[in-house]
Parts: sequence; structure tokens; C-alpha cells
Amino acid sequence: MAGTPNRYTLHIDWTKCDGRGLCTELIPDLLARDKWGYPIAKTGDPAARSNVAVPGSRLAAAGDAVDLCPLLALKLIAPTDAR
Amino acid sequence: MSEAMWAFGRISGIVALVLLTGSVVLGIWTRSGRPLPGLPRFSIQLIHRNIALLASIFLVLHVGSLMLDSYAKLSVADVVVPFLGAYKPFWQGLGTVAFDLLLAIVITSLFRKRLGVRLFKAIHWLTYAMWPIALVHSIGNGTNGTSGWFLAIATVCTVAVAGVLIWRVSSRFLESATARNAVH
Amino acid sequence: MSTHSPFGVNRLFAAGARATYRTHLATYGDLAPGSSRAELIPELERSGLIGRGGAGFPAAQKFGSVPRSGMSSLWRSSAIVIANGAEGEPRSLKDERLLRDAPHLVIDGLLAAAAVVHAGTMYLYTTAQSLPSVRRAISERDDARAIRVVEAPDTFISGEASAVVNAISNGVALPTDKTVRLTTSGLKQRPTLVQNVETLAHVALVARYGSAWFREVGSNRDPGTRLVTVSGAVPADRVLEVPGDTPVRDILRACGATDDDIAAVLVGGYHGAWLSGNDLSVGLSPAALASHGAHLGAGILYALAADQCGLRASAEIVRYLANESAQQCGPCMFGLPEMARLLERIASGDPDRRLARELASVSESVVGRGSCHHPNGTTRLVLSALDAFSPDVQAHLTGRCVRRAGR
Repeated sequence: MAGTPNRYTLHIDWTKCDGRGLCTELIPDLLARDKWGYPIAKTGDPAARSNVAVPGSRLAAAGDAVDLCPLLALKLIAPTDAR
Repeated sequence: MSEAMWAFGRISGIVALVLLTGSVVLGIWTRSGRPLPGLPRFSIQLIHRNIALLASIFLVLHVGSLMLDSYAKLSVADVVVPFLGAYKPFWQGLGTVAFDLLLAIVITSLFRKRLGVRLFKAIHWLTYAMWPIALVHSIGNGTNGTSGWFLAIATVCTVAVAGVLIWRVSSRFLESATARNAVH
Repeated sequence: MSTHSPFGVNRLFAAGARATYRTHLATYGDLAPGSSRAELIPELERSGLIGRGGAGFPAAQKFGSVPRSGMSSLWRSSAIVIANGAEGEPRSLKDERLLRDAPHLVIDGLLAAAAVVHAGTMYLYTTAQSLPSVRRAISERDDARAIRVVEAPDTFISGEASAVVNAISNGVALPTDKTVRLTTSGLKQRPTLVQNVETLAHVALVARYGSAWFREVGSNRDPGTRLVTVSGAVPADRVLEVPGDTPVRDILRACGATDDDIAAVLVGGYHGAWLSGNDLSVGLSPAALASHGAHLGAGILYALAADQCGLRASAEIVRYLANESAQQCGPCMFGLPEMARLLERIASGDPDRRLARELASVSESVVGRGSCHHPNGTTRLVLSALDAFSPDVQAHLTGRCVRRAGR
């Protein structure tokens, strides 16, 4: 569902997210903020914005976002073909 | 040698209290979702964590040096079980309670990914009990607990925490409060 | 295959109202015993049966996505099948009607599905109104005793698949975050197949009479029959069984409405889209509706009377949907009330020209940003309202409503 071939995805658990904005500071090229503070993916299909494609160059920053999210609302999902 | 231990034990306790105060203030600040001038949100989060860890280290030094000190002679039981101490058992017991609470808070923070956000949050709330207990312990137990300079430090710490707390419970606390309140 | 096969369009209710197990058996015959995975899944694939719950997913594909058990079942626990009869849509009555009149077809389908995926556990999840008929039907037969009946709350999202699993395991009918499919890991981390009760009733018929029979009715792209619920500007709310791809206009006429009575039709329920009065010749099938930006959902048609204001009707629905938000996901929690507020302002004749654009932009911003499709569905409705009623939006800017009743 969230896994994509060849690419890491950053999964947003909306039931946990409170829009504190740490992730949008760490990966501003991937995530913007809406007016209520919640992250909004800048790239990809609008209907699939709970799973943000992470380019290899941004993997470390996305990992920091996962680690620093105060609500543990982010998860980095490995490419499906990497298992 | 023992004099040095005794002095170090007292000083490390004061340093731990000041660091804990800083971590509490920043911890409450992160909850607002607001950055500080020149400090992005993730930096505040990192500083909050690191100061808390530093405070814990000083607390271990505080307790450790007083275990080695020939005058205080803290036992292992005193460190874990409150109100058993020979000297000022009540005030020292408060220190033990604060130490135990901080231990739980730090451990659940380090393992919060495994424990889940619910348990982490529930235990983290104990900070609101831990910090005042630690403060009262320092005043009641400390050799200089009631001397002017220490009370000045304690007052600054109290004002800092009370200040952010008052802000914390106000309706404008969250960065997105205006936009969110407009809807609900 | 049986000689009892019911023909024509009256398939699901061929045993009459409140069918007992006796009349059910007399009408449909025995369920083909022991339909195996190897037989029924290819048969379902040939039948072209599309799920009737709203998502419009091919039934065979969903069955096939449940992992095969076999040697691996020693360490992988067995699958679970859930018959989903919680139609949270206030405009849908078809599942309730089906569970009242043909509960045994649903039970047959549930048993067949469980046999196919080697499920160890079966649930039937439905609202309070349907519980008595379901319990009575289960008590009438020996093969259904293992089915556990769970009551669904009467909320809009209680029938969402992850909410169904959450309701059964935790008693909380709210959607949950998903990173893997339920058919991979659902209830108790076991592979879980959640199928709409109407889908299961069709499965029971395909298991009996085969895919060729199933395809005798309907169109190539939407074979078989469908249950639709028609409400609004019709003499009475009705549940009808119609061939797949039946033109919307024919269904409305069958319910006693004429084109002149109707300004627009909401297709697919509150997460659906408005079809304007000129588009009523479109067939009621996922493929035909897709070209109109609509989707079939759970087969709901809500007719808007010619003198009714579509903007006001839409605003009421969006307000309802905002109130039905589970309040779990930020974009839904804050976006939907904002959408309702903006649409209400447009409907009430606010002359601010920026409102429609702002509404479209907020609506688009919530899409794909929740643990269920509630924001997506609400956005579909809002955007279709702005599109289908765009002359009304213009008229409202000048403070008047083009509809005669002005309501």
C-alpha cells in the first residue's frame, strides 16, 4: 500500500500528526504546511499524499524528521523490492 | 578528598536543577509548535533532549558523589526508595522521588519508538510533578538551600517555568491557534 | 448447475420478502458444496463482479489478494472474512433491505468466501436495524453457527474497512492508519477480507450458477445486477435491483420521476457527484460514471427537485459530512468545517467573488491527507457541486437564487 518499488516513502499517520511543523523544516523541498500547520506533500499524486516519495539524497533528512517528530507520526517505508 | 566530594555533590545538584529547568521550559516551548528567533523547531527539540540528558548526567554525578561522601553516606536504597535517609529524611526523600521520576521519564523517552507515543506521553507528563519536587528538595535539603543567592536562582527557575506554563494554558499557545480556533 | 436458477433482473430478492431458509433453498437450491479457491476465484474473475460497497474494486482481485494458506499456515494464522453491512450513508437503504429480505444469500456468500480463503473466523457486521433478521436467519441453519454478529454504530464512516476491523477488535468504529492492506494484515494481524453484503450475495449466486449466468444481465463493463437506493424528488424512497449500466434516467422513471421534476441527481451518495439534468442518460456503472467525474459508490441516487437549490442542498450535506468527521486527522478536522462554511456562504448569497475559488482550493488541499477517504469523498462532492451548479454560483453572487422555491 505505502511501499513503492525503487523508492523510499515517508508515510504520514494523520491520526497521530498534530502539525507541529518539525518535518516541514527538515525536508522543506518535500513538505509544505497548510494554514492549520499540517504537512502537505509538494510532489506526487494528490490522492496519495499520505506517502511521500523520498529521493535518495533526502533520505537522511527524512530519517531525522521521523526521529524528531514529537508525535511519532512519521514512518520511513523501504522500497518494496528491497525485501 | 571528602570535602571535594561534598562540594561537588552540592554544585552538581544545583547545575542539574538549572539544566532541568531549561529542558522543561524548552519542552513546553516545543509543544507550542513555534520556532525561536534563530532556532528552528527541530533545533529546539534537539536542545530540549540534549539538555535533559545533560541534566541527567549531572544528577547521576550529584547522587554518586554523595554516595561516596563520608558525611552524607547515601546508600543504594536511599537512591531508589524515598524517605529512608538518616539526615533530613523528608527533604532527601523528595530528591529520591524526583530522581525516580526522572529515571522513568528518560527511559521512556529513549525507548519511545518502541513504547508508543501514548505511554511516552503519559510518563512525560510526570515532569510536571518531578520538577517542583526537585526544586523543593533543593531548597529543603541543600546546605545553601535558604541562602540568598540560591533562593535567587530558585526564583528565576520558578518564574521561567511558571511563565511558560501560564502561556501553555492560554488559548493562543499553539502556533496555529488562530487558524484552528477560527474553524472550531 | 442448478435448475432453480432465477432469471431476469429479480435475482437477489427472488425468494420474496423476509425469505426464510426454506423459501431460500426452494428458490435458489443448495449452495454448491465445497467451492474451492481454485474454482471460485477464476469463476468470479470471469463473472466480472465488482464490489458493491463503494470502492468499486473487482471482487476476484480482492479475494486473490488474501495470501494463500498451505504449508505456511503452520506459522501464519488463518484468514478472517467480514461481511460488511454497515451502510453509513443516510441515503442508502439497500444493505438493510438485503439483510431483511435475503439474509440467507448474504450468509451463503460469507460461507463461500470463507471456504475460498480458508478463513477460520467469520463476522457479520451491521447496524442495529438489521440485527434481528440476521440473527433469525443464522438460527435457522446449522452451517452458519460460527458466524459472529457484531453491531455497527450508526455513523457515516462506521463501514470504512479499517473502521470495521477497529470496531470488531476494539469496539471503536473509527478508521485507522494503514501501511499494509487489510488482506495482508487486518483483524488480529490476520489476513482480513472485508466484503460488502451485496457483493457476498452476488458471490453466492455466482458460486451456484456460474459466471456465464451472471453476465446474462447488465453490460460487458458492468455485468450482473445492482441494488440502488433512490431518494429525494421521487414519490417514495425505493431500493431497486437493476441491470448494471442501466441509464440513470430509466431508474428515475421507474421510480415515478420525470425529467422535468429533476434539476440534478447526486450519484454515489454524499461522497458522490452531481449529474446535471442533461447528463441523465449516463449508465449507472463505474466506467460510464468515471467519464462524468462521478463514481457509483454504494449505488445511491438522490434526485434534486427542479425548484430546489443545489448549492443549499450541497452545503447541508457538506456540513453533515464535516460533523461526521472522526476528528482524528487534522486536514479533515479543520478542512471540512471550512469547506462547509464557505459553501454555506456561497449558498446564502454572499457577494464575495473569491469564495468559490477559495472553496475549491481548500477542498483540493485535503485530498489524500487522511487515514480514510472521507476528505476525498467530501471534496468530490464540493467540486462537483461547484461544477454542476456553476450558473447558480454566478446567480448567488448577485444575491438571488435561480431556483423557484428559493430553498
